[in-house]
Amino acid sequence: MAITKKDIEHAALLARLELSENEKDIYTSQMGSILKYVENISRVNTQGIEPTTHSVPMKKVLRDDVATSSISNDDALMNAPEKDRGCFKVPRIIE
Amino acid sequence: MSYEAVIGLEIHAQLLTNSKMFCGCSTKFGAEPNTQVCPVCLGMPGVLPVLNKKAVEFAIKMALATNCAINPKSIFARKNYFYPDLPKGYQISQYDEPLTKKGFIDVDVNDSKKRIGITRIHMEEDAGKLLHGETNEDINYSFVDLNRAAVPLIEIVSEPDMRTSDEAVEYLKALRDILVYLEICDGNMEEGSFRCDANVSVRKIGQKELGTKTELKNINSFRFIQKAIEYEIKRQIDVLEDNGKIIQETRLFDSDKGITISMRSKEEAHDYRYFPEPDLLPLEIDAKWIEEIKKNLPELPAAKRERFVKGYGIPQYDAGVLTSSKALANYYEKCVQAYRGQGVKGGYPSEGWVGGQEIPKVVSNWVMGELLRLLKEDGKDINQPSVFGLQPESFAKLLKMIDEGTISNKIAKDVFEEMFKTGKDPDAIVKEKGLVQISDESAIIKAIDDVLNANQQSAADYKAGKEKLFSFFVGQVMKATKGQANPALLNKLLKEKLSR
Repeated sequence: MAITKKDIEHAALLARLELSENEKDIYTSQMGSILKYVENISRVNTQGIEPTTHSVPMKKVLRDDVATSSISNDDALMNAPEKDRGCFKVPRIIE
Repeated sequence: MSYEAVIGLEIHAQLLTNSKMFCGCSTKFGAEPNTQVCPVCLGMPGVLPVLNKKAVEFAIKMALATNCAINPKSIFARKNYFYPDLPKGYQISQYDEPLTKKGFIDVDVNDSKKRIGITRIHMEEDAGKLLHGETNEDINYSFVDLNRAAVPLIEIVSEPDMRTSDEAVEYLKALRDILVYLEICDGNMEEGSFRCDANVSVRKIGQKELGTKTELKNINSFRFIQKAIEYEIKRQIDVLEDNGKIIQETRLFDSDKGITISMRSKEEAHDYRYFPEPDLLPLEIDAKWIEEIKKNLPELPAAKRERFVKGYGIPQYDAGVLTSSKALANYYEKCVQAYRGQGVKGGYPSEGWVGGQEIPKVVSNWVMGELLRLLKEDGKDINQPSVFGLQPESFAKLLKMIDEGTISNKIAKDVFEEMFKTGKDPDAIVKEKGLVQISDESAIIKAIDDVLNANQQSAADYKAGKEKLFSFFVGQVMKATKGQANPALLNKLLKEKLSR
């Protein structure tokens, strides 16, 4: 499946990336070759092999439902570009 | 041309765990903003989520209660989108390998049973909460509180099996009741711990294919669900009748106007780019764990209803009301037991106004009538066991006093209200207020004579055939005796007097 410039524009929009026309061209060609390379994997015969979502041979790691302490409000907001009344302050979401 | 609606519901239920889904932060409601957060639920780089065992157990409980087979292995997936209430930029959810396979529940709709299919139940984390600025200064801002971020949820997706808003509401209520009975969700729609989105489409009757659907969001009560669905069905039919086309979209319910409004989104069509969550291992659930949970499942609403009808011989309606809350149902059973324990002859109250009815029905009348009325007046939540503070033994004592003719049914209601408010014993209240029923024949005859003397014309009319006046005389005597005349005795004596 060939990657088009439209695909790149779509992916950029979803990732909230603003790309110049020049960048779009570069990424279209680069993404094309990356995908082509990854496609090699489809040559492997996977018949009878269960889809693998994780390669670590571990099962069921669960924790008990115990509430432990959290970090302070100051620490939580330490990296916030803007804050107010203990909250992260962001541009208005709904009209 | 007539149409039918096709409705499917997606329900999100917040699980009553102590800690969040993937970290140890508390889930307690009402804390100061951003005080129940940590690097994991804030989405800091390099942290690892670890799944809460209780959340899985609760999800399994719901699966078992709704006849869903549980997949021995399910996978968590990342659902990617940007929104300020989602700190990681993705929600951990389940996608193509959810916790359960299909299931169903049976609901009663207008006296008939309807089976509603459940497509799946899966686990996911909640998002944070957004507050929007209201003052001039704040109007351009929203404020993010992440205390709710990563609180565990289950999403229950129904099949498009419902055809009317009534069916949708009954299904929703049944699911809520099950969640509350299981004690895994508080079912509070107003506070958002139980949320519902509705997918609605219409098609011509007889048509096989589904019409284009819209998704209704932002609905926070059973009444609004009903209204939103009804409005949407009508809107879609109008559009089609005008040769228009339904657009697949999300619509918000405006409860003030009672209409649904298109939520035009600048975003493109949803593209969540799900992929397996690499930080969480596949969730493997062995049969032994499921068996253990199954063994400890409580009696569910439908089973309890049936047992109440069969075991207590009360009408379906009564059973429905009494089992609408587990706490209420438990209280009712305790009262029946206490009343029986009062040693009423043959298990039946003897005579008087409650006469002829079996104990469970007498108790049911009082619980559904007086008790629920008083609780409602006080704005009490009948799902809370603590609101049933009145001792079942006192309740039973009161009923026995009616039974034995010590007080009339009418006075008992006043006594009951006093008991409810003060917690006092019925004996004490009756004594204190001098409410003991008058069963002394001569006293009642005297009251009857007085009334008849004062109303000679009416008495003559009665004798001339106006038999309706009988209840007028009863009322007058009751008034004269402050409601304390034994009603059965009064009826008998009055009849005798008037027939002379």
